[in-house]
Amino acid sequence: MLDKTGIAKRIAKEIKDGYYVNLGIGIPTLVANYIPDDVDVILQSENGLLGMGPFPFEGEEDADTINAGKQTITKLPGSAVFDSAMSFGMIRAKKVNLTILGAMEVSENGDIANWKIPGKMVKGMGGAMDLVASADNIIVAMQHINKAGESKLLPKCTLPLTGINCVKKIVTELAVLDVLPGGGFKLLERAPGISVEEIIKATAGKLIIEGDIPEMVI
Amino acid sequence: MNKVVSDADEATRDIEDGMTLMLGGFGMCGIPEKSILALVKKGVKNLTCISNNAGVDEFGIGLLLHKHQVKKMISSYVGENAEFERQLLTGELDVELIPQGTLATRCMAAGYGMPAIFTRAGIGTEVAEGKEIRNFNGKDYLMELAFDADFAIVKAWKGDRLGNLVYRSTARNFNPVMAMAGKITIAEVEELVEPGELDPDNIHTPGIYVHRIFKGENYEKRIEQRTVRKRDI
Repeated sequence: MLDKTGIAKRIAKEIKDGYYVNLGIGIPTLVANYIPDDVDVILQSENGLLGMGPFPFEGEEDADTINAGKQTITKLPGSAVFDSAMSFGMIRAKKVNLTILGAMEVSENGDIANWKIPGKMVKGMGGAMDLVASADNIIVAMQHINKAGESKLLPKCTLPLTGINCVKKIVTELAVLDVLPGGGFKLLERAPGISVEEIIKATAGKLIIEGDIPEMVI
Repeated sequence: MNKVVSDADEATRDIEDGMTLMLGGFGMCGIPEKSILALVKKGVKNLTCISNNAGVDEFGIGLLLHKHQVKKMISSYVGENAEFERQLLTGELDVELIPQGTLATRCMAAGYGMPAIFTRAGIGTEVAEGKEIRNFNGKDYLMELAFDADFAIVKAWKGDRLGNLVYRSTARNFNPVMAMAGKITIAEVEELVEPGELDPDNIHTPGIYVHRIFKGENYEKRIEQRTVRKRDI
């Protein structure tokens, strides 16, 4: 089974040289730490920055320089700052190659729910709805089952949706899965030490298993 | 032409109960903190505030919420504010949550003189309820209307007395598009300079959009999430 770092490391392998990438809050943010040195990517932060760098050194924090999670960050050489309308313009126009975000639920047809729990959580969707509605390449980083022990990979989402038919790939502590265009979670890889049976048990939606499923290499 | 006013009190003098205000900033970054304090002091009520976030409990729009001056918030993300959640759950506060890109682009549309935009964001979700959907090239898009705000209040780094503005780093965020969208736009700046001191090639908001400008003193610039790394020794 993977921990959060393991999920981030596995997702980092999906990032190709030359990509512009938007990383959501949580596990997706960790992905930045594991992008190989020979893979040249530019991180987009939807509050208006291309070329997001690591956290500043202590004492060098700048209140005017934050990421979309409102954390103090740095700007790398070659970075560019722009306003919020342009930021979502480049997202809508599919200039951002890959979006990685967390989810509460994903359905077998690629619907995603990650912004609201009625009666409990009313924080808002931020930029998530714009991102999932526009990006061609969306990877979800999440736990396979929730705290109550229920599968988060469902036939149909039960929570209010963030977007429909949009998730392409899911990486969890148990597995890597593709969401097929015609519907269904296709099992691609098992986490180290995890059996196919365990993944079947943890997946409520339609699971497609073809041939031997390799253990993932991180 | 001189758009300079003495302070936030003078800039906000004719903001009245029930008006719709746009307030720039992302989280605590680039918010018009001096104008917000003036509105708190002034005590105007029943405001509709269009702003990406709702401040934190003790700063930014959170201060207006504490004094029950806000009737409705139009935002994309309102976490990190306990008083906000309390007023929302008790029904004291009306809240419209909309996607962040839609929020920015509805401002932009107002500033560009366009009545509406079409976006994929929210298709198939509760955001689409009751809204017109148009199909272009085989895909559905939501029609979202340009905002109509009485005042836009923004924060810039530098400005001149003609209202030309320059923002600093990611404190730019919603400020330029909101500056363009207000019937009356108020800009507060850290440095007020003479015309000619700002490079015309590097103006972010042309002065035509700005009606009043003042220099704020002693900006707090609070940091919401202070994240740092250790130096290698």
